[in-house]
Amino acid sequence: MSGKQQDSIGMAFLDSLPRRWVTLYTPVIVFLIVLLFPFYWMAMTAFKPNEELVSRATNPFWIISPTLAHFEKLLFKTDYPQWMWNTILVSVVSTVISLAASVFAAYAIERLRFRGSKQTGLAIFLAYLVPPSILFIPLAAIVVQLGLFDTRWALILTYPTFLIPFCTWLLMGYFRSIPYELEECALIDGATRWQILVKIILPLAVPGLISAGIFAFTLSWNEFIYALTFVSSSETKTVPVGVVTELVEGDVYHWGSLMAGALLGSLPVAILYSFFVEHYVSGMTGAVKE
Amino acid sequence: MSVSRFFNNRNTLGLMFMVPAGALLLVFLTYPLGLGTWLGFTDAKIGRSGQWVGLENFIFLFGDSVARLSLFNTLFYTLVASVIKFLLGLWLALLLNKHLPFQAFVRAVVLLPFIVPTALSALAFWWLYDAQFSVLSWALIKMGLIDEYVIFLGDPWLARFSTIAANIWRGVPFVAITLLAGLQTISPSLYEAASLDGATEWQRFWHVTLPMLTPIIAVVMTFSVLFTFTDFQLIYVLTRGGPLNATHLMATLSFQRAILGGALGEGAALATSMVPFLLAAIMFSYFGLQRRAWQQGGSDK
Repeated sequence: MSGKQQDSIGMAFLDSLPRRWVTLYTPVIVFLIVLLFPFYWMAMTAFKPNEELVSRATNPFWIISPTLAHFEKLLFKTDYPQWMWNTILVSVVSTVISLAASVFAAYAIERLRFRGSKQTGLAIFLAYLVPPSILFIPLAAIVVQLGLFDTRWALILTYPTFLIPFCTWLLMGYFRSIPYELEECALIDGATRWQILVKIILPLAVPGLISAGIFAFTLSWNEFIYALTFVSSSETKTVPVGVVTELVEGDVYHWGSLMAGALLGSLPVAILYSFFVEHYVSGMTGAVKE
Repeated sequence: MSVSRFFNNRNTLGLMFMVPAGALLLVFLTYPLGLGTWLGFTDAKIGRSGQWVGLENFIFLFGDSVARLSLFNTLFYTLVASVIKFLLGLWLALLLNKHLPFQAFVRAVVLLPFIVPTALSALAFWWLYDAQFSVLSWALIKMGLIDEYVIFLGDPWLARFSTIAANIWRGVPFVAITLLAGLQTISPSLYEAASLDGATEWQRFWHVTLPMLTPIIAVVMTFSVLFTFTDFQLIYVLTRGGPLNATHLMATLSFQRAILGGALGEGAALATSMVPFLLAAIMFSYFGLQRRAWQQGGSDK
């Protein structure tokens, strides 16, 4: 992220303004409109009264008389608040568990360099490439066997399967960037490995911890296939699964409350993202670049 | 003394530090991976452990027209979506790499489709694709391009392309932002040297940008292909595999067979059948597009 100023080749002033409009501004604007339109549409629908939703006569891109009825229905007549609470609980707990396990694993692989640490690092990376779509069937069998079916624990314990590989891989990169000399000095001064980890490595790796934490939280918040498979009663569902499975009743689609649910469910990650854009991007690109 | 020595030994301590992560991954990743493969060779149903049936599931699936269709759909979906995601993503990355007003804001906003829950944004697409009230149809009619509302998800090929469009919408930001990070690591001196040698903008792109970017393209596209090939939520929300199984991917079909239909063995066999394709994609990117020393700023040895 260092070269922000020098990125355009330094001769941009030679481009005439009309040329920049054709080759740069117009395509960017079109990209932005296409990428953001579904969110605009989500918001429009969520505040629109039902009569306007099904009318083909009025201009659909605007609301004549905005209403909160859909949100009211969502918050007071469905299990939505419960789904929200479940999602928060599952995401926070599985993120904390994964982050703790990953810190130890990454430190061991990257700094303790125990016998077999190279192979372990590779195995972690390969674990990262295993998609949930091929794991959910056997995992469902295991979840049932352990008696965890239809509990939040089923999700809390299975989410680390994709969170730990990701966080470990990311943190390994961060630990690698911390000078080894710092640790050597501390070792000579008689610090234990535990003290080194807690007092030297962790404080220096805070940006990495934030990146990993935010990314892990978002991944668990957005998880769908495990939550769909391992949980069946409405009170245990997460927001994405609850909205998709419980708010669709037969052939009558309540688009207003569906979009209100989608909007509210997207908001927490969007807000979190807006506060930590840089960490998020460095987490995403860091994991790919290594 | 000996106790603290023991705990400071790198092998002992290393293993102890690996225990939490290792235990979770062994129980909930490695074991299910093996169990899934095993289930694929049994006739397990929900609530009943199965008997070994050898290749029976795979032979059955091979003869099953829906399973074959799902394989075609998956390959088509992955191929078309990945190619377009790559081209659009690269274009967007190049655009974002230039000087723009509100640069930081634009870059941040672009990633939104990637960070919100896919199931929820897929709902927005479902609404956009609605046969009766689609605003897309409304706009096209007002522009005079069509006469009737489009049934986006009702016709097999239209449904395929509609789901692919939604997948592209979600995937382009990821490709663009990661490639942008790659673009920013290319030294400007390379472009200056190329310019001094009289290279045109196109030549600079073809002979400097693209070769320097190849390693990161390989990684990004491997991830993109893996995620697209194993996609589930988008299809589940938009079509559940319909119409006439035209959009069933291997992942959604295995969910239908194993979880809804109860045929765990068959579903597991279907899921296991995805593994060779995934391995092939990883191998291709690893051996075919491996990074070379000069691409990392070093010199060829």
